[in-house]
Amino acid sequence: MVGSVPLADFGEEPLRAHLEDLPWLERAARAHHRVIGRAAGYGQVIPLRFATIYHDDGRVRTMLQERRDDLTATLARVAGRTEWGVKAYVDPRAFLPDPGEEGPSGGDTPGTAYLLRRRAQRDDKETAHLRATERAEEIHTALTALAAATAAHPPQDARLAAYEGWMVLNNSYLVPDDRTEEFTASVTGLGERYPDVDLELSGPWPPYSFTAPPEREEAP
Amino acid sequence: MSQGADWNVPSRRMGAPPEPARRESASLADILERVLDKGIVIAGDIQINLLDIELLTIKIRLLIASVDRAKEMGIDWWEHDPTLSSGARDVLDENERLRRRVGELESGRDAEREPERERGGEDGS
Repeated sequence: MVGSVPLADFGEEPLRAHLEDLPWLERAARAHHRVIGRAAGYGQVIPLRFATIYHDDGRVRTMLQERRDDLTATLARVAGRTEWGVKAYVDPRAFLPDPGEEGPSGGDTPGTAYLLRRRAQRDDKETAHLRATERAEEIHTALTALAAATAAHPPQDARLAAYEGWMVLNNSYLVPDDRTEEFTASVTGLGERYPDVDLELSGPWPPYSFTAPPEREEAP
Repeated sequence: MSQGADWNVPSRRMGAPPEPARRESASLADILERVLDKGIVIAGDIQINLLDIELLTIKIRLLIASVDRAKEMGIDWWEHDPTLSSGARDVLDENERLRRRVGELESGRDAEREPERERGGEDGS
């Protein structure tokens, strides 16, 4: 599926500028996403990245020919499967060591005491993060058992995604369609089993995270 | 598949505080991390290195670059700690800016000094 876009917006320089313009990027990325979503309603899609631009139809044909094997294999891989996103949020305080487990000890001067206290706080935070990450690993392992493939995303920027606490899991799961219910039930079940973790399910998504082209081939 | 209608409409959050009132059908962050190439190069005839530009000033760049780098060092947890994050971000940001500036100076490509020559080399696109 192709669409023509004006060079004035999608030439290298204007595009570079537009990408720094969040409202523009949001509109364009949502439009891209909408088109792919609609197309996915009609059949299996391999979503290309936003702003995958070719100079003319001939270049598109060439790309399709060059990537024929890769695209065929990708289609086979995602057929009958759907991408689901699962994020896990925690309130760091829920994972802090119990108070009194090891309190900061005196310190000779106020300055030393302050530094010791700061260090203890930092250590506590690391402990909390470790514990929260372990919990996220457990959840990921349970969900992986139901998925054909998984993909990890970095934790999202808190200001862009607007959440509090830590995002300790942000993964995509490629789930066979006959396991959809089992998968969503599993997310709910894990959320109930671990009340200190907020699980968020998103999807169904077109298989964005599982259709990336192979690592750049050496250009001939 | 008959999923077209409710394609990624519901986003369920268990036990979370209420979402902001006007929530788009899918979160922008969710969409961007899926539709943007993972920070390297936009594919196709036009190639842009997303890490080269001040993408959204800092937001996306942090999302795709610094977090990865910080995670490699095992210190990602401060990323989302409001008490710590802003300072650390600024440092990362400043660092990145300085490094780029140094690179520019070292390679002697000073666009301001010789704009004519820079432009003359291109084939007028």
